[in-house]
Amino acid sequence: MKYQPVIGLEVHVQLLTDTKIFCGCSTTFGSEPNSQTCPVCLGLPGALPVLNGTVVEYAIKAGLSTNCTITPRSIFARKNYFYPDLPKGYQISQFEDPICQNGWLDITLAGQEPKRIGITRIHMEEDAGKLVHGDSGMGDGSGVDLNRACTPLLEVVSEPDLRSSDEAVAYLKQLHQIVTWLGICDGNMEEGSFRCDANVSVMPVGSKTLGTRAEIKNVNSFKFVKQAIEYEILRQIDLIEDGGTVVQETRLFDPNSGKTRSMRSKEEAHDYRYFPDPDLVPLVISDQWVERSRSELPELPGQRQQRFMTDLGLLPYDAEVLTASRALSDYFEAGVAVHDNAKAVANWVMGEITRALNDSGTSIDACPVPPERLAELLKLIDNGTISGKIAKTVFDEMWKSGKAPLTIVEEQGLVQVSDSGAIEGIIDEILAANAGQVEEYRSGKEKVFGFFVGQVMKASKGKANPALVNELLVSRLKG
Amino acid sequence: MKMTIADVEQVARLARLELTAEDKELFAGQMDAILGYVEKLKELNTDGIVPTSHAVPMENAFRADVVRPSIGLEKALANAPEKTGTFFVVPKVIE
Repeated sequence: MKYQPVIGLEVHVQLLTDTKIFCGCSTTFGSEPNSQTCPVCLGLPGALPVLNGTVVEYAIKAGLSTNCTITPRSIFARKNYFYPDLPKGYQISQFEDPICQNGWLDITLAGQEPKRIGITRIHMEEDAGKLVHGDSGMGDGSGVDLNRACTPLLEVVSEPDLRSSDEAVAYLKQLHQIVTWLGICDGNMEEGSFRCDANVSVMPVGSKTLGTRAEIKNVNSFKFVKQAIEYEILRQIDLIEDGGTVVQETRLFDPNSGKTRSMRSKEEAHDYRYFPDPDLVPLVISDQWVERSRSELPELPGQRQQRFMTDLGLLPYDAEVLTASRALSDYFEAGVAVHDNAKAVANWVMGEITRALNDSGTSIDACPVPPERLAELLKLIDNGTISGKIAKTVFDEMWKSGKAPLTIVEEQGLVQVSDSGAIEGIIDEILAANAGQVEEYRSGKEKVFGFFVGQVMKASKGKANPALVNELLVSRLKG
Repeated sequence: MKMTIADVEQVARLARLELTAEDKELFAGQMDAILGYVEKLKELNTDGIVPTSHAVPMENAFRADVVRPSIGLEKALANAPEKTGTFFVVPKVIE
């Protein structure tokens, strides 16, 4: 039998606020355990939560950017369960009436038509603390660090519209791009700022009834999401083929083995007894508020990609690469603003700049060559001052020294030689020194032409104007 | 609606409460009375009435996103039955 996987994702997006969602404690990562706590996030009796307004702003932005409807009146609810990382014995979340509902994202896999993936809801909630095992002094126990407790999260829940691990990853990457683009999340998956639970089930192809799903928890990289889903699909198919049944449970992905394993059965733990949190008043979001928020949204990656194609004439692939992050596309645009050759700027940003950033492990925000300087360099190529080959040398020097391109060209005497007399002189020397190859060429072996070009360029230290070298060589050799 | 002992045990288990047999009998009766009252309320016509989530007619209470000092490690850990370094220590939890 053939099986159809069905996947839905729940993504936790940690918001880039300075303080926690219900108290003024700092959200700085990596501080001394429990140093960023107060009665509210420690869950001490009598402490009262007060909602961080920025969290609401960010949630609305996320909702509008994912085509959601903003709920006019939403409330917070208590999700009751016991776990040592949850000091109050309940998590403040949203249950009925989450702040954003009924959105979607269109994903496109290579060579396929775009596919719309529904977003059921986005709600605000607080994170739990962190448990640490096996440190000295803990003996047989576990350590609890509540610095992360009460950190603001958005939970973005997709419809079970995804049908393969590739679709799941494409959706996830797009969501990641949007929240980082909006500047509401740092997107750091290793530190857990963007983490994903995957609900995976399989059903016979053509079936209308969804199979029982397993939930894979906290997978912290795109690669692992793909691996975990693929493993889980095969595991469930094998199980069914062998006459077994899939049980609804939580499973953990182990990156070392590439497998998922059962964590705990969810059936009985599932009674969370949600009820409205009386400590937090309802959240009422007016149409004006929504419209103000909409007007404050930046141009989103999809829109910018479209503009790069229609206004700047970029190819779809280039437009996609250049909008991978807001910083990268801002860099590109700043370059084009100075030098109106979008194609050239695009090629350099995707080529030399990206290579140099990768080689040195630098992010585009910290790029030692500012976009205006890159544009100046490209101007020098386009007006014939230097060749494209020499430009790479100049670029390396700009990267190292931070100097302006023209300064480097002048200091190192790299101006392109376009004086035909000078080039002819070099050509004559090369031809005289390589009489054998000249004979070959004249007897019809035109392949050796490339050899002459190479020799002339080398003798000119790369400075000869390549077009002129070609032209002059042809006339000299024919002559 | 009749609360059974099993219902009481289920609620107690979710709340991590240990009850004696007498407690269970007592609470089953009390919870029954409470739910009976709710049943009675159901007789009212509530068409077009928005469910009440809060008793206070207030909305939109916000804090500015400005850091305020935390209480400090000493106070934070003061009531911990067990601690090591600056961690609270709890019985081992392994997922």
